Amino acid sequence: MSINVQHQCTCETASEEELMGRLEQVIAEYRDVPGALIPVLQIAQGIFGYLPECALKQIAVGLNKSYSEVAGVVGFYSFFSTQPRGRHLIRVCLGTACYVRGGKQLLDALKQRLGIDVGQTTPDRNFTLDVARCFGACGLAPALMIDDDVHQRVKPARLQAILDQYTDGSTVPTE
Amino acid sequence: MINLTIDDRPVQVPQGATVLDAARKCGVDIPTLCYLKDVQAIGACRLCVVEVEGAKALVPSCVAPATPGMKVYTKTKRVREARKLVMQLLMSDHAGECLTCDRNEKCEFQALARQMGIKQNDWTGDTSPRKFDHSTPALSRDSGKCVLCRRCVTVCKEVQGVTALFPQNRGFDTKVAPAFCQDLATVACVQCGQCAAVCPTGAITELDETDKVWAAIDHPDKFVVVQTAPAIRAALGEEFGYPPGTLVTGKMAAALRRLGFDAVFDTNFTADLTILEEGNELLMRLKAALAPEEFKKDGHHHAGPLPMATSCCPAWIKHAEYFHQDFLPNLSTCKSPQQMFGAAAKTYYSRRIAKHPTDVFVVSIMPCTAKKFECQRPEMESSWSRDVDVVLTTRELADMIKQAGIDFTSLPDEQMDAPMGMSSGAADIFANTGGVMEAALRTAYEVVTGRQLPFDGLHVTPITTLEGTKEAALTIRGCVPEWSFLEGKTLKIAVTHGLANANRLLEKIKSGEAEYHFIEVMSCPGGCIGGAGQPRMTTQAVRKARIEAIFREDEGKTMRKSHENPQIREAYEQFFKSPLGERSHQFLHTEYFGRERV
Repeated sequence: MSINVQHQCTCETASEEELMGRLEQVIAEYRDVPGALIPVLQIAQGIFGYLPECALKQIAVGLNKSYSEVAGVVGFYSFFSTQPRGRHLIRVCLGTACYVRGGKQLLDALKQRLGIDVGQTTPDRNFTLDVARCFGACGLAPALMIDDDVHQRVKPARLQAILDQYTDGSTVPTE
Repeated sequence: MINLTIDDRPVQVPQGATVLDAARKCGVDIPTLCYLKDVQAIGACRLCVVEVEGAKALVPSCVAPATPGMKVYTKTKRVREARKLVMQLLMSDHAGECLTCDRNEKCEFQALARQMGIKQNDWTGDTSPRKFDHSTPALSRDSGKCVLCRRCVTVCKEVQGVTALFPQNRGFDTKVAPAFCQDLATVACVQCGQCAAVCPTGAITELDETDKVWAAIDHPDKFVVVQTAPAIRAALGEEFGYPPGTLVTGKMAAALRRLGFDAVFDTNFTADLTILEEGNELLMRLKAALAPEEFKKDGHHHAGPLPMATSCCPAWIKHAEYFHQDFLPNLSTCKSPQQMFGAAAKTYYSRRIAKHPTDVFVVSIMPCTAKKFECQRPEMESSWSRDVDVVLTTRELADMIKQAGIDFTSLPDEQMDAPMGMSSGAADIFANTGGVMEAALRTAYEVVTGRQLPFDGLHVTPITTLEGTKEAALTIRGCVPEWSFLEGKTLKIAVTHGLANANRLLEKIKSGEAEYHFIEVMSCPGGCIGGAGQPRMTTQAVRKARIEAIFREDEGKTMRKSHENPQIREAYEQFFKSPLGERSHQFLHTEYFGRERV
C-alpha cells in the first residue's frame, strides 16, 4: 500500500468535521494492516497540518491502540507535531556534517530573522522552524529543508532569498 | 545441550538459554535491573554486561544466547568498572531519598548500589524534571525515582493488554508515563498495580493509607472492623522472613488483634456468601437460556446472558467497562467479596452489635491495589456510608505490624472472631486462579444433583494450573427434579488470568469460536495470590508456592463448601433472607457502567 503524505495544511479551508471524516476513512482503510500506526499518523498530519488531540484519540480507538502508546510514538518522532504548524515547515539539519559546516549558525540566523524559536510558528503562520538530524545530503552541507525542497550549501546571507520563495503571492495574507 | 565456561568453570545449558541463565545455573550472580524473568529481557540497562572471549564489546548477559565453547568472564576489572559507571549514571538522575522512600531496605536499585560497592557518586549533571502523580485512588507515581527500566511498560502491555504507561518523548527527555506525561487518571488504567509490583524502585507504589487506619483505631467512637482477603494468609509471612507458601493465618489474626482492631474478620465469610449469590445467579441464567418456559412459569422476567463471568476482580471489572462494554451484561451482578463484606458489616453485623453503620469503620487487607479503587466507586455506598472505608495492601499491613513493634514470628496462632470470621475451604481458594470457579461448582453441582462434585479432593484439576487460559467441561447427570432441565447437559467453563489472556478469550467468545456457560477472570497472573499488593517479588515459583499453601488451607478444613457454612445460613435467616432476594439486591449486588477509553 502506498503512503501518500501531504504536508499542505488544509485545516483553514475545510471544517473540522470534514477533516475528521477523512481521517475516519483512512483509519477504516488501515484498520487491519499490521504496523498501521505510523502511516496513519503521517496521513493524519497531512490532513490536519499537525496532530490535534481529537485526531490522536480517534486514531487510538480506531486502530485499537492505547492512547499512551499513540502519544509515545508521536513524541518519539520529531517529524510529528501536536502544535499547529505554519504553511511552510523549515527543518535545519544539525547532523554531524551540517553541524560542523555551519548548521548551528544557520539555525541562529533563522531564529533571528523569523523571530521564533525551534518548534515555534511565526505570528503570520507562514513558517514553522524545526531541526532535523540528517537528510542524507552530507556532501552538500549545511542543508535545510523547506517542505519537500532540500536547499544545500546554505549560507546565512542567502537565507532571505530562499525564504522569499515561500512568501510570494501564493500564501495567504497574514491575519 | 550447550557447553560453555563461566569464569573458567564449565557449565551445560539447554539450547536457547542465555549467558545469564548459564551464570545463574552455576551459582554466579550477575546484577540485573531491567531484566525480569518470565516478563522482560531487553538488554536495556546494561548492568548485566559480561566479557566474552573474542568479543570486542561487553555483552549484555540477559539477552546474549549461550553458544558452544563460549568463554564468559563476569567479574573482570573491565566488567566491574563498566557496571559501576552504568549504575552511577542511573543514580545521577534518580531521586535517592532512601530514608523516606516506600522501598527503603526493600529496593532492588538500593541493593544494586550496595552490591557494587558504590559509596559515592561524582557524576552530576542535568536531572529530569520531577512529577508526582497521586491522581488515582490506588497508585502513587514519582517520576524522580524512575530509572526507565520499562518493566512496568512490558507488564501493562504484554501481560495486561492495557498499555496505560508507555515511554513518552525521546532521549534524555524520555519519561515512562501516561499519554503526554499527563496524570494516570487521564488514561484508561485499570488500577491492577502490576506496574507497582514489578517496579525495582519507589517510582510506582500503592497509595499509602496506613495513617487513615491508625486514625480510625485511635478514634474513641469508631468500632473498627478488619477483613483479610484469602490471599493474605499465604503471603504475609514473606514480609517477616518466612519462605513463600508459609500459611500464617493464626499469627495474622493475633497481629490484627494486637494492632487494636475491634473485630477480626475474614473476607472468606463473604466469599462464601458470594458463592451462594453467584451460584444461584448462574443457575438462573442457565434456566432462562435452556428452559425459558419454566423460567417464566417461576415468575421471572429477566436473567443476564451466557456466558456469565465472575465479578470478584475490580481491575477486570474496570477493564471490561473500558474495553468490553458489549460484555457488561455478561458480568455477574454480584459485588466482590470485599464489597459484600463492607455492606454486610455495616448492616447485618452493625445491627447485631447495636451500632449505627456510620460508627463502624471497615478496613480491608487486600493483596490488591485495585480494591482501593473499588471501595471508592460511587455505587459502593449501600450501608448509608462507604461500605468499605479503607483498603490496605498486604505490604501496608506488614508495615503497620512493624510500626507497632509486634514481633510477628513469636505470635501465637489465634482464631478470627465470630460471626464473620468463619468460612469454608471453598472461600480460601478464591485466592487462586480457578478458585472462584471451583468454589462455585462445588456448590452449584450439589444444588442441582444433591451429590458432591465428582472430582478428586473436590479439585477441578484442569483449571488449577498456571496456564493462561484453561477449560473444562462437566456433564450433569442425576439432577434433582427442580433442575431436571440440566439433565445430560454439558457445562462448559473457562478460566483465565492476566487481562491480555482475558482479551484473547473474549475475542474467541465474541467471534463464536468458543462457547462457554461460565468464565472466571482474574487480572493478576496466578490470581489474587499474585496480586500487586503482595510482598515483592512475585515470581512463577512464588505463585506456585502460594497456590499450594491456599490448597493446604482449603484441604485442612472439614467444611469445604460455601453452602455448608452455618454462619452464612444464619446471616440469611437473620438478615438477607434468600439468595437473589430483595435484600441481596439492595446490599450484595451492583451494576456496571461503560467508560470512555480516551
